[in-house]
Amino acid sequence: MKILVAVKQVAALEEDFEFRADGRDVDGDFLVMDLNEWDDYSLEEAVKIKEACGGAVEIVAVSVGPPTVDEALRKCLAKGADRAVRIWDEAMRGSDSIAVARILAAAARAEAPDLLFAGVQSSDQAVAATGIATAGFLGWPHAAVVSQFTYTPGAATAVLRRELEGGLLHELEIRTPAVLTIQLGINTPRYASLRSIKQAAAKPIELRTLADLSLNAAEAGSSARVRRMYVPDKGRAELIEGSAAEQAKRLAAIIRESTGAA
Amino acid sequence: MSGVLVIAEQRRGELRPVSLELLGAAQALGGLPVAVAVLAPNPARFVPALSVPGVAEVITVELAISEFDPDTFESAVGALIRARAPAVVLMAHSVDSFGYAAALAARHGYGFATDVFKVERTGGELIATRGGYGQKVNVEVDFPGRDTVILALRANVFKPPEGTAAPVVSAFEAPAVESRSLGREYIEPPGGDDVDMSTAEFILSIGRGIGEEAKVAQFRELAQALGATLGCSRPIADAGWLPKSRQVGQSGKTASACKLYVAMGVSGAIQHLAGMKHVATIVAVNTDAEASIFSVAKYGIVGDIFEIAEELRRHF
Repeated sequence: MKILVAVKQVAALEEDFEFRADGRDVDGDFLVMDLNEWDDYSLEEAVKIKEACGGAVEIVAVSVGPPTVDEALRKCLAKGADRAVRIWDEAMRGSDSIAVARILAAAARAEAPDLLFAGVQSSDQAVAATGIATAGFLGWPHAAVVSQFTYTPGAATAVLRRELEGGLLHELEIRTPAVLTIQLGINTPRYASLRSIKQAAAKPIELRTLADLSLNAAEAGSSARVRRMYVPDKGRAELIEGSAAEQAKRLAAIIRESTGAA
Repeated sequence: MSGVLVIAEQRRGELRPVSLELLGAAQALGGLPVAVAVLAPNPARFVPALSVPGVAEVITVELAISEFDPDTFESAVGALIRARAPAVVLMAHSVDSFGYAAALAARHGYGFATDVFKVERTGGELIATRGGYGQKVNVEVDFPGRDTVILALRANVFKPPEGTAAPVVSAFEAPAVESRSLGREYIEPPGGDDVDMSTAEFILSIGRGIGEEAKVAQFRELAQALGATLGCSRPIADAGWLPKSRQVGQSGKTASACKLYVAMGVSGAIQHLAGMKHVATIVAVNTDAEASIFSVAKYGIVGDIFEIAEELRRHF
């Protein structure tokens, strides 16, 4: 059995940052990269399935992105992925979730997994679309925001709970192969040991081009175009300075004013 | 039709409030005719609630199942879009939409944007605004070459229309579909303590910054003294330190009535910010001056939350 775990290297902004000259994105020099928080949980969920059945499961981490993404993939290898695949073409730069999903779907066709996990959303752009769009391209059954998952390798269906607004859960049974987007809190992701980090550093990361997947860049269209990016007027909070006593006094005044209890 | 198609959202027989907000947003789209579709068993029961000013047509789509199912919704909404050819489809940025909208957009090549909090249409051109990089920037997107664009709109942003109207009511027959998942049951979140965050006007919320479960009591007492409802961010509820019913943010309870939000030790994960951004007055207390929460807060205090909590307690 095989589980494909789609991961993303996300970008956080440095405290001071500048936009690119064309105003459509932040200058890459001001981005701090890391593995998406949600992906830690989907990888852990795959590792749990593997451990529960004694190991006859291959876990493949896959990501679409430039060479810097190798760092995120090595993290996945250190935390339990058996293989890591990175797909890239310079023509993909700036692609949105739908364009990435088209590529992930092609990768899934090539790998033929029993399950495909992706995070519910990414912590940077939070589109919450990549996993389910991938299922759309594949034509596979899918469920979003999965907070509990039960599957026995080889079974024709899995049982899961979707986490709805307000923590209400909806249980359903789904046919496999299926695409599931995994929610925070479904498990407790492990830390990688020093030994596994060392071992991961020596493992290969398999590279694929769009041509390897019989895709071309012209097909890999995004579903929207960024016109401009800007810092909203509201900007940052007005900082309340002073000692803790002074800060608390001002906070008390704000509370009285806002609640009309002045 | 080339107008606006709004997909109303119902759960367990009740229309979700965001459905009416979508109708409010539809009116800002430069006078395009607005049709709203409701997909449910016996959908006619929702017609009165959806008959508000600005709605030209209510489309009822009879479904055999009462709970959300991705295959059923993708098929029915897809068929509606093909039949009506709307320029814009508006739906909620909700867990149910997460379950099918992206697949629909991907398969049919529709323009697509999610978590949209501003939408405008000038000279026939549709522009949507959403957050980026953990809500620290605004991103304006457009959809060149797309005849149909699906927008998933953030809840608690758009104003629902007031009053009643008499739109045309028509029925649309959803194509038969063999669903590949089978809904079993709803399960209420465990450990609820009968608090309704959706009606709370003043919420004092705690996050990861409190460090350990033993510290919860101090803030529970503080909230009581302040006359606030105690809430929390996701990690606190996931750890079981407070019941899930007290979690606020995008995946928690919609704090729709909240006017004052004091967040202590909440760093501001993206889903938390997206879910609380609508609150008029947010005060963030955090030791980390770079915490994302400061980018949505009106007031910020960089400092030790326990010390501030103790000092604040003296004033009440």
